[in-house]
Amino acid sequence: MIQFHESTHAENIVSGPSYFGFDTLSLHAGAQPDATTGARATPIYQSTSFVFKDSDHAASLFNMERAGHVYSRISNPTVAVLEERMAALEGGAAAIGTASGQAAMHLAIATLMGAGSHIVASRALYGGSHNLLAYTLPRFGIETTFVNPRDLDAWRAAIRPNTRLLFGETLGNPGLDVLNIPKISNIAHEANVPLLVDATFTTPYLMRPFDLGADLIFHSATKFLCGHGTVVGGVLIDGGKFDWLESEKFPTLSENYVGFHGMTFAEESPTLAFFLRARREGIRDFGACMAPMTAFQILQGIETLSLRMEKHVSNTRAIVEFLAANAAVESVSYPELPSHPDHELAKALLPKGCGAVFSFNIKGNRASGKRFIETLKIFSHLANVGDAKSLVIHPASTTHFRMDETALKSAGITEGTVRLSVGLENVSDLVDDLSRALKASQRA
Amino acid sequence: MKLIVQSHETFIYTAGRDIDSNLPSVLFVHGAANEHSVWALQSRYFAYHGWNALAVDLPGHGASKGTPRAAIGGMADWIAALLDELKVERVAIVGHSMGSLAALETAARYPQKISKLVMIGAALPMVVSDTLLNAAIGNKHVAFDMVNIWGHTGAAQIGSNPLPGVWMAGDFLRLLEKSKRDVLGNDLKACNDYQDGIVAAAKVTCPALLLLGKQDLMTPPKMTKELTAALKDCRVVVLERAGHIPMAEEPDATLDALRNFLI
Repeated sequence: MIQFHESTHAENIVSGPSYFGFDTLSLHAGAQPDATTGARATPIYQSTSFVFKDSDHAASLFNMERAGHVYSRISNPTVAVLEERMAALEGGAAAIGTASGQAAMHLAIATLMGAGSHIVASRALYGGSHNLLAYTLPRFGIETTFVNPRDLDAWRAAIRPNTRLLFGETLGNPGLDVLNIPKISNIAHEANVPLLVDATFTTPYLMRPFDLGADLIFHSATKFLCGHGTVVGGVLIDGGKFDWLESEKFPTLSENYVGFHGMTFAEESPTLAFFLRARREGIRDFGACMAPMTAFQILQGIETLSLRMEKHVSNTRAIVEFLAANAAVESVSYPELPSHPDHELAKALLPKGCGAVFSFNIKGNRASGKRFIETLKIFSHLANVGDAKSLVIHPASTTHFRMDETALKSAGITEGTVRLSVGLENVSDLVDDLSRALKASQRA
Repeated sequence: MKLIVQSHETFIYTAGRDIDSNLPSVLFVHGAANEHSVWALQSRYFAYHGWNALAVDLPGHGASKGTPRAAIGGMADWIAALLDELKVERVAIVGHSMGSLAALETAARYPQKISKLVMIGAALPMVVSDTLLNAAIGNKHVAFDMVNIWGHTGAAQIGSNPLPGVWMAGDFLRLLEKSKRDVLGNDLKACNDYQDGIVAAAKVTCPALLLLGKQDLMTPPKMTKELTAALKDCRVVVLERAGHIPMAEEPDATLDALRNFLI
């Protein structure tokens, strides 16, 4: 585990070497002043390609004999700053920027397995992730078994000889099931497979899944990392810990790949094997790369990640408290409430807070929910989370629309469920807005 | 490729290429608790430019079985045995940190086998602080952190890495964490105990290159004066922006220095 320099207390400074702290890395990791111009902000290298010094340099870059950039689908200097920064903030080895969080998830899966493989996944997932696993990947021969994320025996029982991955969200969508990463990663490792987590809701500020046992992480950087609702992007991070050779289950990493000069990625680097294959095959061939302008905007967001997450969480705590005491509210699902099934686990894994996205149920029927959403003035009704502005959505009719009633129920969603993404406005204004809308929801 | 050396299975990275007896060979020897992948860029370059590139995992390191050698002399004898098994008569030898001492001792003991000597991140004596040595011998994780933080310049943490997307400090820490129990302590003790360096340097007959990082805190360039004086034919290249691990910190400059010296 990389122990960040979290404190300014003298005893911590003199007790041994320390890595830079989270805020310092948020501002600096991956970036240096531009060598040519001295520009302090990370320049947007809006260039498809990069000039070779000579023929030998060109051949060496193509064959991974020298480090550098060739073509912006494979890598780009602005995107590389974001990649290195996210690897640093997560305490991982390396990262790849992708076109979206969905692209990051697909890149992870496609790097690890092909037709005939199997995934065990939490059933409490973002609807888009559920779509990919339940409906799209089976067409390519990859099946998924969905399990209750709180049922550790179910995770273990679902593993088959062809299972290649366990997958869940750090905080399940929308019920905020807290993924027991220490125990589920143990189950994965007993089966010689990695655990991939979607850490979008927590960001590295609230939780660092590699420290808890996860092997791979992806984010929809569209959300809190960017933080302003302006770009779509994703990041896939390799923890560098999993032993791909020892596992003997990942020929894409342990056997030579004709598609890249016969390279055996796990021999090339035991710490970067997954990352190298994802870069040299997945991004190259599937092409779901991140644009440099997108990377720049996400970098701008990350510079203030800790400040924003603190405010997101403090606003959320105040709103949760307000809703829990409101007569128009049937229930609130937030792991910091003693009524949440993962309350104790959240205290252990998420001491800084459980994020700013949560759901609650309004008393009444579908019409009550409709009146509530349409009365809100500050909360914007749209399909996103993690914006600086507060957002609201009705999952049953939007993000989780394709789920049938049984699947909805198992994901903890009812027709009266409303999901909030709490922003950075004055919390008193947000409470007033919610109060007005709740009153409206209860009118006959 | 894998082969048996001194009764144990040994892994050598060759960039997936067979050894060609018509080509010159260069042998890369890693440092304490490291393995072949620290040479990934440089070894791959030589493998595709008319050389047999042989990046070893020393005994008990990386994918090689057996027990780590407790002394630099034992490492040199193992390297000689490896060359015999490979039926490679003569190599240029490139060593990093502890590996540079093993390379020096090999060149001194087996001059007929070594055509050129390159020592990267080297110093004589290679003194290891008690704090680090005791932490490593005690298998404390903080020993990895010390090697990681003191081994690199601050740029390893705040970039940007020439290798796109890789956080150098995180990647190197993971590499150290993958080493087997007791290996770092063994290796650092071997460095600290090695007292024969100047005698060995005086025996070296081949040309030598010292490749040093100007910002190296673990083996500062100023600690090479006796070494450079003892080597008969010695060149020194100092890389301005590198610390103790130039292969990662300045990979192209490291490669260019190797090319200029070896080719």
